Amino acid sequence: MDLLQTSFNVSAGALDFLGHVEQLAYLLAALLFILALANLSKQKTAQLGNCLGICGMVVALASVIVVSVANDERAAVLAIVLVVFAMAIGAAIGVWHAVKVQMTEMPELVAKLHSFVGLSAVLVGYNSFFANPGAEGASSVFHMGEVGLAVFIGAVTFTGSIVAYLKLSGKISGKPLTLPGRNLINLAMLVASIALIAWFITTRSVEAGLVPLAILTVISLVLGAHLVLAIGGGDMPVVVSMLNSYSGWAAAMDGFTLGNDLLIITGALVGSSGAYLSYIMCQGMNRSFVSVILGGFGNGSSSAPAEDKDYGDYTETTAEEVAELLKRSKRVVITPGYGMAVAQAQFPVADLTKRLMAMGVDVKFGIHPVAGRMPGHMNVLLAEANVPYDCVYEMDEINDDFADVDTVLVIGANDTVNPSASEADSPIAGMPVLHVWEAHEVIVFKRSMGNAGYAGVQNPLFFNKNTKMLLADAKASVDAINAAL
Amino acid sequence: MKIGVPKEWQGVKTLVAATPDTVEKLIGLGFSVCVESGAGAAANYPDEHYVRADAEVVSGEEVWASDIVTALDTPTGQQIAQMKAGATLVSRLNPSANSAIIERLAEQGVTALAMDMVPRISRAQSLDVRSSMANVGGYRAVVEAAAHFGRLFGGQVTAAGKIAPAKLYVIGVGVAGLAAIGTAKSMGAIVRATDVRPEVADQVESLNAEFVPIPVVQHSEDGYAKEMTADQAKLANKVYAEQAAEVDIVITTAQIPGKQPPLLLDAEAVAGMRPGSVIVDMGANEKGGNCALTQAGKVITTENGVTIIGYTDLPSRLPGQASQLYGQNIVNFFKLVTPEKNGEPVYDQNDEVVRGVTAVLDGQVCWPPPAVKVSAAPKQGAAPTAKAQEPSTNADSDKLAPKKKSAFARHWWKALAALLGAALILAAPAEMTSHFIVFELACVVGFYVITNVTHALHTPLMSVTNAISGIIIVGSLTQIGSDSPVIAAVAFVAALLASINIFGGFLVTHRMLGMFRRSSED
Repeated sequence: MDLLQTSFNVSAGALDFLGHVEQLAYLLAALLFILALANLSKQKTAQLGNCLGICGMVVALASVIVVSVANDERAAVLAIVLVVFAMAIGAAIGVWHAVKVQMTEMPELVAKLHSFVGLSAVLVGYNSFFANPGAEGASSVFHMGEVGLAVFIGAVTFTGSIVAYLKLSGKISGKPLTLPGRNLINLAMLVASIALIAWFITTRSVEAGLVPLAILTVISLVLGAHLVLAIGGGDMPVVVSMLNSYSGWAAAMDGFTLGNDLLIITGALVGSSGAYLSYIMCQGMNRSFVSVILGGFGNGSSSAPAEDKDYGDYTETTAEEVAELLKRSKRVVITPGYGMAVAQAQFPVADLTKRLMAMGVDVKFGIHPVAGRMPGHMNVLLAEANVPYDCVYEMDEINDDFADVDTVLVIGANDTVNPSASEADSPIAGMPVLHVWEAHEVIVFKRSMGNAGYAGVQNPLFFNKNTKMLLADAKASVDAINAAL
Repeated sequence: MKIGVPKEWQGVKTLVAATPDTVEKLIGLGFSVCVESGAGAAANYPDEHYVRADAEVVSGEEVWASDIVTALDTPTGQQIAQMKAGATLVSRLNPSANSAIIERLAEQGVTALAMDMVPRISRAQSLDVRSSMANVGGYRAVVEAAAHFGRLFGGQVTAAGKIAPAKLYVIGVGVAGLAAIGTAKSMGAIVRATDVRPEVADQVESLNAEFVPIPVVQHSEDGYAKEMTADQAKLANKVYAEQAAEVDIVITTAQIPGKQPPLLLDAEAVAGMRPGSVIVDMGANEKGGNCALTQAGKVITTENGVTIIGYTDLPSRLPGQASQLYGQNIVNFFKLVTPEKNGEPVYDQNDEVVRGVTAVLDGQVCWPPPAVKVSAAPKQGAAPTAKAQEPSTNADSDKLAPKKKSAFARHWWKALAALLGAALILAAPAEMTSHFIVFELACVVGFYVITNVTHALHTPLMSVTNAISGIIIVGSLTQIGSDSPVIAAVAFVAALLASINIFGGFLVTHRMLGMFRRSSED
């Protein structure tokens, strides 16, 4: 099997052997990465998976450093100094981020990390072009095309991730930016990018090639920003995993330009994993991937939902009453949403869970697949607050059981518990939701009645007879309940 | 008001209409409760447990003289005579078959509520005693069958040879049929089932059993199967007989409320069955059974060695849970009629559930009630918000499920990807082909590796893929030693950015994973 050939210019003799060792190291690293992802699929083996990933990275880096130094003895000292220096700075920044990040800010951190991959993909693409500008022959056509794609995807990932980061951290509004004819703008930019890549392929020198490449970079930077600006905050889980996928494809494209199989394999792994996660998220909202990418909620052209409908009155309650209710309950389900993350209420919620369990109450968590702002966000927050993961259930696992539940606490969730998803004319029609309204009593923790969920749809749940509203900051409310218990 | 719970006297002697648990709940609704001494003994609820739940333990006469009497069976004339005028009887009365008893109750001037007449609408599911009893009965039917079947249910391969799994066939997939299917499946049998309503096929298949269709189609409006015409029955019975000859155990569940059960297996069908086979006839009653040879209340063995179980009291053979479920149904009924929780029930005849169960109201016979249709029937014009607030029935939740797309819509992208992949490999220069092959293989591997990831680990997965995509550093490291200062500088920046990812990604993943724990790790 010589699948793992590379196009490195390895000279004869000792270097030839070194080349084989490098190939072996790449194979080992690729296998370790695959095993890392496979082990991450279960709680029990997840830590092992992370360690395998680290091992893979160490193997890959060690072999690359050894080989690139051996290949180029003249600049060896300088190269080592540069590598160590670059990695030391990067490591310092990375560790600082990883240690100080709040778990509620995970989506922001992940978006930021995506942007780094995107930018380095652009830079590596440029370098690969500087080293090998266009020439005659089919392999050059492919090489230049790959450089173009790497720069294009990398740049889209870069600005897309930055905008996603800004939206997630609240530095810019989460509302979708709906420019007139935005789909046409996107299409025009895409067509222009393809044309520029074609032009780029025909150039035969660095100077000539730099012009189309620079224009391509600018257009793809704008395209990335515009794509994510047009997507509403409620669709952020899809955006984050989509950018994850893009960063992978960008790395794979760079792998092609360098003829490096390890980059290709790893990029493809990350790319397809991100694509699959995006697919799961879209299913969780019963929306097509295309409509999410094209932005806005729904297809944007439909008229605003009729908000003049009379839903009746809602009932307010107090923390003391909720505490009394919980004392009488035998089965309690808590369905958290983004509001819990915003209010940092996961710790008091965990405390409440512990108290109730000590009183013999059966407490479970029901997590909607798109609760929060990135896939699995709620699970991480609950884990941070020390809630055992085996009392945290997915929507499908718990949805049939609500009829037997005495009390449901809806903490900062809205669209994911909206019964109007079963109505054909609702903007969230067909989205699978948690059937909390089937329980005997529902308590909704919400800051005020004014703000609707991200879909901008009123929630008839709030006006049900068996629903009571606890209108206050979620953290303060849960603290008050804990005090009353 | 005071609720009295008598010791049962007829076929269901082991059951009791209230358990200590449901007594507590009734008291929570504002009632006081008295229980006849020894009423719960057969169901393992001794008198002291009732006393602990704040019920009085009294004599039979006192119980029958309570304001409300809750029981499981139709009362005798003597018991009715002990009741106060204006009192209420809540029990299974089967009013269409027991008109004499209904008349007698009216004469006594009481209100009689027939719990076995709860209409099959989703709102009333929590007080439907027939469903609760049928559920327990379906389980017991399989247990009885297993006890009389001389072989194992589950298949095994042992050192001493192979044991084939038992085959079980359920006719009539209502609550009892579904319970029987689930129980038999969990014991390892191969299960098939038939019903005249084709829409239950999904429910059967959801339990991993096989649905055997019959050439007769019925659509139910009230949630029950109806009687078939003679021609239909003939066609259906042919299917039943064919299946019965193939399987080891047949469980029939066809009961048409208040009437003689339909004949599903005639003598010929039984004669076609193998020796050692078992039939459990859940439809058996004093008027007959689903099988021609059934003897109600007895177990018989035919000449060709087929055992026919005709027990009519299957739920009372599991008295603990059957009593608890029945008692909870009673509690749910009183919740409905006592919204103030003040112990003063109001039998609102405008409520179709209450109207449905009322056989006698203050001495006036008001049976039968007007017909009620189940909400599961398609009603497009219904007010949408009101409907969404009701607990959904199965049919409602089907509507919530994401719409199924056509095969083309779901698979076109796979075909496109395959074409694109093939085109790439064909078009690429020879020295690049291997890269494309590696790429395509890696895409597929990535897909398979990820598909099993639990929802809870999606965030750690993303941060780890973030770290791994820092592998782009490999690209910049090969360029960092370049002679060109521009290339080296750009590579330096790229390496720096990628390192942030590598270190940050792995470390934050490690931090997150360290937080996940099981409850047993306390």
